Amino acid sequence: MNDMTITRAEREAKLEGMGCKRKRVEDIRFTQGKGNYVDDVKLPGMLHGDFVRSQYPHARIKSINKDKALKVPGVLAVLTAEDLKGVNLAWMPTLAGDVQMVLADGKVLFQNQEVAFVVATDRYAADDGINAVEVEYEALPVLVDPFHSMDADAPVLREDLAGKTEGAHGLRKHHNHIFEWTVGDKDLTDAAFRKAEVSIKEMISYHRTHPSPLETCQCVCSFDKIKGELTIWGTFQAPHVIRTVVALIAKIPEHKIHVIAPDIGGGFGNKVGAYPGYICAAVASIVTGRPVKWVEDRIENLTSTSFARDYHMTTEIAATREGKVTGLRVHVLADHGAFDACADPSKWPAGFFNIVTGSYDFPTAHLAVDGVYTNKAPGGVAYRCSFRVTEAAYCIERAMDILAQKLGMDPAELRLKNFVRPEQFPYHSALGWEYDSGDYHTAMKKMMETVDYASLRREQAEKREAFKRGETREIMGLGVSFFTEIVGAGPSKNCDILGIAMFDSCEIRLHPTGAGIARVGSKSQGQGHETTWAQIIATEIGIPADDIMVEEGNTDTAPYGLGTYGSRSTPVAGAAIAMAARKIKAKAQMIAAYKLEVHEDDLEFDIDGFRVKGLPERYLSMKDICWAAYNSPPPGMEPGLEAVSYYDPPNMTYPFGAYLCVMDIDVDTGVYKVRRFYALDDCGTRINPMIIEGQVHGGLTEAFAIAMGQEIRYDDAGNVVTGSFMDFFMPTAVETPHWETDFTVTPSPHHPIGAKGVGESPNVGGVPAFSNAVNDAFSFLGSTHIQMPHDFWRNWQAAKSLGVV
Amino acid sequence: MTKTHVTMTVNGTQVEGLVEPRTLLVHFLRENLQLTGTHIGCETTHCGVCTIDIDGMSAKSCTMFAVQAEGSEITTVEGMANADGTLSALQEGFRQMHGLQCGFCTPGMIMRAHRLLKENPHPTEEEIRFGIAGNLCRCTGYQNIVKAIQYAAAKINGEEFKEAAE
Repeated sequence: MNDMTITRAEREAKLEGMGCKRKRVEDIRFTQGKGNYVDDVKLPGMLHGDFVRSQYPHARIKSINKDKALKVPGVLAVLTAEDLKGVNLAWMPTLAGDVQMVLADGKVLFQNQEVAFVVATDRYAADDGINAVEVEYEALPVLVDPFHSMDADAPVLREDLAGKTEGAHGLRKHHNHIFEWTVGDKDLTDAAFRKAEVSIKEMISYHRTHPSPLETCQCVCSFDKIKGELTIWGTFQAPHVIRTVVALIAKIPEHKIHVIAPDIGGGFGNKVGAYPGYICAAVASIVTGRPVKWVEDRIENLTSTSFARDYHMTTEIAATREGKVTGLRVHVLADHGAFDACADPSKWPAGFFNIVTGSYDFPTAHLAVDGVYTNKAPGGVAYRCSFRVTEAAYCIERAMDILAQKLGMDPAELRLKNFVRPEQFPYHSALGWEYDSGDYHTAMKKMMETVDYASLRREQAEKREAFKRGETREIMGLGVSFFTEIVGAGPSKNCDILGIAMFDSCEIRLHPTGAGIARVGSKSQGQGHETTWAQIIATEIGIPADDIMVEEGNTDTAPYGLGTYGSRSTPVAGAAIAMAARKIKAKAQMIAAYKLEVHEDDLEFDIDGFRVKGLPERYLSMKDICWAAYNSPPPGMEPGLEAVSYYDPPNMTYPFGAYLCVMDIDVDTGVYKVRRFYALDDCGTRINPMIIEGQVHGGLTEAFAIAMGQEIRYDDAGNVVTGSFMDFFMPTAVETPHWETDFTVTPSPHHPIGAKGVGESPNVGGVPAFSNAVNDAFSFLGSTHIQMPHDFWRNWQAAKSLGVV
Repeated sequence: MTKTHVTMTVNGTQVEGLVEPRTLLVHFLRENLQLTGTHIGCETTHCGVCTIDIDGMSAKSCTMFAVQAEGSEITTVEGMANADGTLSALQEGFRQMHGLQCGFCTPGMIMRAHRLLKENPHPTEEEIRFGIAGNLCRCTGYQNIVKAIQYAAAKINGEEFKEAAE
C-alpha cells in the first residue's frame, strides 16, 4: 500500500491540511443560491409573526385593544404581555444578570420596543394586523444622555427595580445605575499619578453602533404537541445555549427541544443574544399548534436588536519625561440602554475591558466601569470583538497617541518603548490577565519598514509646513495602532454564560472507507468552518480534507458547544478538533501496530499513515487503518474509529497586530481619502491563509465604517435617527479603501496547534488606526482628541473649531 | 385582497401565479416560485442582496411589485450555472478569489456582476467598484469581490487572469 512514486510534497498537497489556501467547500452552494438560511425554511401550515412596536421611547401603556386586529383577514392571534404572563414568559433573563420585557409590560422603555405580536397566515396579513392593533400611550420624560442618568431628578426608568440597591454585580448607587465594576490597585495607581512627571487625561468616547449582518435575526418555531417537542430553526451563533436557556425558562425538557442553526448570513455578535421574537414565535406556535416564522426587518434590526459599544472612557496615563508609562487610570460610563442585555461572560459586567492596558507594560492600573440605564435599545454585543475589547483597544491606542503628542515623541517610538518585551511572556498584566505569547517589537518594526514609516513622517512634516505657508489646504495623518486582543472565551475557571461553562467540542467519526464526518459545537456565520476544520483534521490524522464533512448547528447531532463569537472558534473549538483527532490517531496507532506486527513505539506518523521506524516500506495508510478498525480490529479492541473531545482551554489566546493608516483630509470640505492601509496580524498558527486574509479585509471594512461614519444616533427626544441603511453608514465598494495585509507568526504555547483566532482583530486594531490618522492629521493645529465617527461633516467641524476654515 | 394573475419567464421557464397587487417581486420569487437564492436584507433598495436581472437590467426585487414584472424576462442566481451544471465563470471567480464568506450577499452580487460584465466586458477596477456600489457586503469587504469579477471578465473574454500585485 506504499506508493513510493508519490513524493512527500505531493502526499501533503493531497491532504489540503493546515497552512494551505484550500478553496471553500461552502462556496459551491452559496454561489448557486443553494444556501439554506432561516427564511428558506418552509413548513406546511406555517404562520408568520410580526411586532407592534412603540413609537414612544418612554411611555406608560394605558390600553391595548386587539379587537380590530383579530378581525383582519388572516390574523389568528395577537399576543401581549398579559398573554405571556399566563405562561410565565412576560419577562426573560438577559445574558448579563438583568431581566428584560419580552413584550412591553405596563410601559415602554425605548423606541420600537416590542408591544404586541400579531400572528397571521402570511407576512402581509400580519402587517395589516399590526396596523389594526390600538395602543394608547401616556408619554413619560425621556432620558437620552447617559451622563445625566444618575442625576438626582433623572426619571425612574426601571420601575421593576424600585428600591433594589443590589444588582447582579454589586451595589446600585442610583435608580438608573446598573453596576459598578472596579479592577486593579487603586492606591498604587493613585500614587503613580501623584509621582508622575507627565500625565494626560482625556474623555474618549466610542459611540453606539450596530453589527448589521445582511441577514437579520429570524426563526421558525414548531411545537409538536403530540410529542411535546419544540423545534427551532434560528439565526443562532450559539444553538446549544439557546436550547438550554429555552429548557430552563419554558420548562420543556432539554431533550425535547431541537435547535437548528442552518446557514447564517453574518452574525458579528448580533445573533448571540435571545430576542423577544424567538420567545413570541415559540409561544405562538404552542398557542396555535402551527409552525410560526418570525423575520426581523432592517429597521427593527437597527433599532431594537443589540447595539454595540456606547462607552465613554475618561482615560489617564502617568509617565516619565522619557516616555515610560507608569500608571493607567480609566473610568468608563457605559450606556446599556433600557435593559442590561449585554452579551458578556457572567463574571465580567464590562466584558474583557480590563485588557485596556493593551500591549504595554503598565506597572499599575485601575479601572472602574459604571453601567447605566437610558431610554435606548438594550443589548450591547461583542460586535466583531471579544466582549468590549474594541472599546479597550480604542481607549488605550488613542491615549498613547495623546501621550506621545504631549511628550513630543513619535507615536510608534512611544509604543516600542513601552511594549511588553518578548522575554516577559507569559505576561501578567496589572489588570489581571496572563498574556500567552507575543513578539510586539518584531511586528511593529516589520510594519514600519514595510510602509517606510520614516519617509511618511518626513512627507507629513513637509506638508504641514506647506499648509502653514498656505500652499495647500490638505492635511496628512498617520494613524498608528498596535493592539493585543484577548480571545478564546474561555476557560471554565473564569468564563461562563448564565452559569454554562464555555468549553467547546468536536466529535469525529471515521467510516470504514476512510471518509468521515466531524461535528463541532461551534457555528459558522461565514467564517468557513466547513473548510478549515477539515484542514485541521487532515493534518492531524492524514485523511484528505475533502474526505471529511464538517457539520455544525444541529443540537441533535453536534456535541454540546458554546458556539461562535468573540473569535472563540479556533482557540476553543479548533483545539477540541485537534484533540479529538489525536484520540483517533492514538487508536489508529494501536491498530497499525497490530497489523504491522510491531510495538506501537516502533511506529511513526508520516503524513497520511503510520510507518515502522527505520523500515520505510512497512507502512499502513490511515485509509487502510479505517477499514481495519471496523472489520479486523486487534482482538479485544472495540471496533470503530471515532472520538469526541470537550476542550476546556487553560487560558485565553492573545493575537496582536500592527496597523497603519495614511489619510489626507481637505480642511475646507472635511473630505478624507485613505491613501494607504497596512495591517499586520499575528494570530499564531495560520490554518488557511486565504480565509485569514478575507477575514482581515472584512474586519477592516467594518472598522472603516465605524470610525468614519457609522453611528446609531438618538435625538434629544429619544427618536432613533439612524434606523435604515439610508441614514446608517454602510460603506460600498466605492468608498472602501484598498487593504494591504501582512503577518508574523507567534504560536500560542498552550493551544494544541498554536492557533489564536483572527476574525475580530482587524476591527479591534482598525478603528484606532483610522481615528488616530484623523487625530494625527489635526494634531499640529493644537487639537488633542476629536470624537468618532469622523465623517466629512465632523472633519469640517473640527477644522472650523481649530480656526483653519 | 383581490388577486391578480401574473406571468413571466424566469430562468428560461414560463411561470405564472396569483398575487396580491402589493406582493413584492422578491416574495413572489421566494414564496410562490420557491427560488430562495434571491435574498432579503433591507427592504429599502440599499443592500442589493435581492438583485435580479430583469429584461436586461439589474433590479432590486425587494422594492418592485410582482405585477410590475408581468410579461418580463427574469434571471435569478438559480439560472446562472452553466448548462451542464458546472459553475459559470462568475461563480467560479467568487470561489477562486474568495469573494464571499457568509454567502448572503453573493446571489445579488453575482447577478449585478453578470449585468455589469454584459454592459462592460472589460471593466477597470474603478468601474467594477462603481458598478457594484448598490450591493453591500459585510463579511469580506470588497477587495476579493472585485478580483472575482476581474477573474470572470478574463475568463469570459478568453484572456489569462492576472492578479494585480498587492
